[in-house]
Amino acid sequence: MLLAIDTSAGTSVAVVDRDAGILSELNESDTRRHAEVIGILIQAALRDAGVAVTDLSGVAVGMGPGPFTGLRVGIAAARAFAFGAGKPVVPVVSHDAVAFSRAVPTLVVTDARRREVYWSAYSGSDAEGLPIRAGGPGLTPPDSLADSVPDFADYERVDAAVVSAASLGLVAELLYLHHRPFAGGEALYLRSPDVTLSAGPKRVS
Amino acid sequence: MSGPEPLVLGIETSCDETGIGIVRGTKLLANVISSSMDEHARYGGVVPEVAARAHLEALVPALRAALAEADVALADLDAIAVTSGPGLSGALMVGVGAAKALALALDKPLYAVNHLVGHVGADVLRDDGSEIELPTIALLVSGGHTSLLLVRDLVSDVELLGETIDDAAGEAFDKVARLLGLPYPGGPHIDRVGIGGNPSAIRFPRGLSNPKDFEKHRYDFSFSGLKTAVARWVEQRGDAGDDIPIADVAASFREAVVDVLLTKAIAACVDLGVPRLLLGGGVVANARLRELAAERSKAAGVELRVPPLSLCTDNGAMIAALGAQLIMAGHAPSDLGFGADSTLPVTTIQA
Ligand SMILES: [Zn+2]
Repeated sequence: MLLAIDTSAGTSVAVVDRDAGILSELNESDTRRHAEVIGILIQAALRDAGVAVTDLSGVAVGMGPGPFTGLRVGIAAARAFAFGAGKPVVPVVSHDAVAFSRAVPTLVVTDARRREVYWSAYSGSDAEGLPIRAGGPGLTPPDSLADSVPDFADYERVDAAVVSAASLGLVAELLYLHHRPFAGGEALYLRSPDVTLSAGPKRVS
Repeated sequence: MSGPEPLVLGIETSCDETGIGIVRGTKLLANVISSSMDEHARYGGVVPEVAARAHLEALVPALRAALAEADVALADLDAIAVTSGPGLSGALMVGVGAAKALALALDKPLYAVNHLVGHVGADVLRDDGSEIELPTIALLVSGGHTSLLLVRDLVSDVELLGETIDDAAGEAFDKVARLLGLPYPGGPHIDRVGIGGNPSAIRFPRGLSNPKDFEKHRYDFSFSGLKTAVARWVEQRGDAGDDIPIADVAASFREAVVDVLLTKAIAACVDLGVPRLLLGGGVVANARLRELAAERSKAAGVELRVPPLSLCTDNGAMIAALGAQLIMAGHAPSDLGFGADSTLPVTTIQA
């Protein structure tokens, strides 16, 4: 049984179980309130599922891609919760949750802000029901998607405004069950930090 | 609670230090700080996004290290405290998200506290047995803030007397260091090249110190004009083909900063009849600041308190200490819905 958290779009928290399925899921679509709602949603997800912390076997977390400020809230919360509970973190690529249970070739597109989108291409699902990633995750202006995604025309495009923590948790359960590798431990920011490098002292007179 | 003295873990991520501290009441048990300062060096200042990314990576290792240092188990904790502001909002959010999740996983109460008041709270952790006497004036100086507070009660009555209206004092050190071709962070390098320099060689301006400023800005600070004055002075010397007396420039600049800081701080003590001054913030590392503070306080009959330097820079122990003070004063935990507030006023001691 997993607590699942994704903040790559809005804030989504769920409790899922390999056998019993989705026990609870709560979503807040506001993309500016991750820090405010994360605690309330975790508390409600556990309560609605009727699950104690000690019942959990781990914490699944969406590693993005996603706009960094919000994305980090979910990852920080997942890591801290897992540390407190003494359970492992199961990192998952957030787009996998959108592609989950879609058998047809799917292009997942999410908002990256600043007139760009994140994308991942999936050729379908494998025998275990896990999405098969064929390309991405990548970052591109919406107009350039067709050029950025190989075989763009072959995919059915899904523009996702929400990433479901329940789907993410189910992906994590399957990855675990079938001994598949999890996502890496690094947040998928896909963007370098904004920095204005010093151009040397400017004259003032 | 395990006893009258609550065991509190504090999380601080308001700027570029990931701080995890553990206290039992007023006793310091652990103070682990993981700084991303080196990553900011090539930019000449703190880059908020770089700081926030570093917090995310440093958090769990720092938690682990603090528990080991304090030799306590998570289950022993009575409460979690976290900085909810003021500070860099993306950086604050990492700590806020983590603190909420940790508190829920452990089923412990959570206290969201004010970073600036935390700096004052650090003083209760001194191990010399002396207790902080209130009311006190507090001068908090770092790369992120320059604030003058009147603290009547740590958990219920803190007033902002003044603050910088532009750059923080630490920022001024960084900017002047840069224009002198010195590395980041500026403070220690200005100190180094200023050795042997004459602090009264050049009379740089003291911001907001004219009688006409006093009406509106009696206790406020301004350092951007000072930075510009140093730049102009160096340029004019360079244009004239003269060598720059870097030791004199550094010493005179530093003198201008510490002079204005202490003139206003001591004025607040005298004006308000509060003969106590507490220093806090990373710039307390500056030896000249501490020296002049001792001199001026003595002359004015003001008792000076300077917590150990490891408790002056941003740290989680001061956040834990303030959390413990709130608990011992009977305050209820914070509601789980608080956010990161980059401009949290000092009057909001607990969010
Ligand atoms: Zn500070």
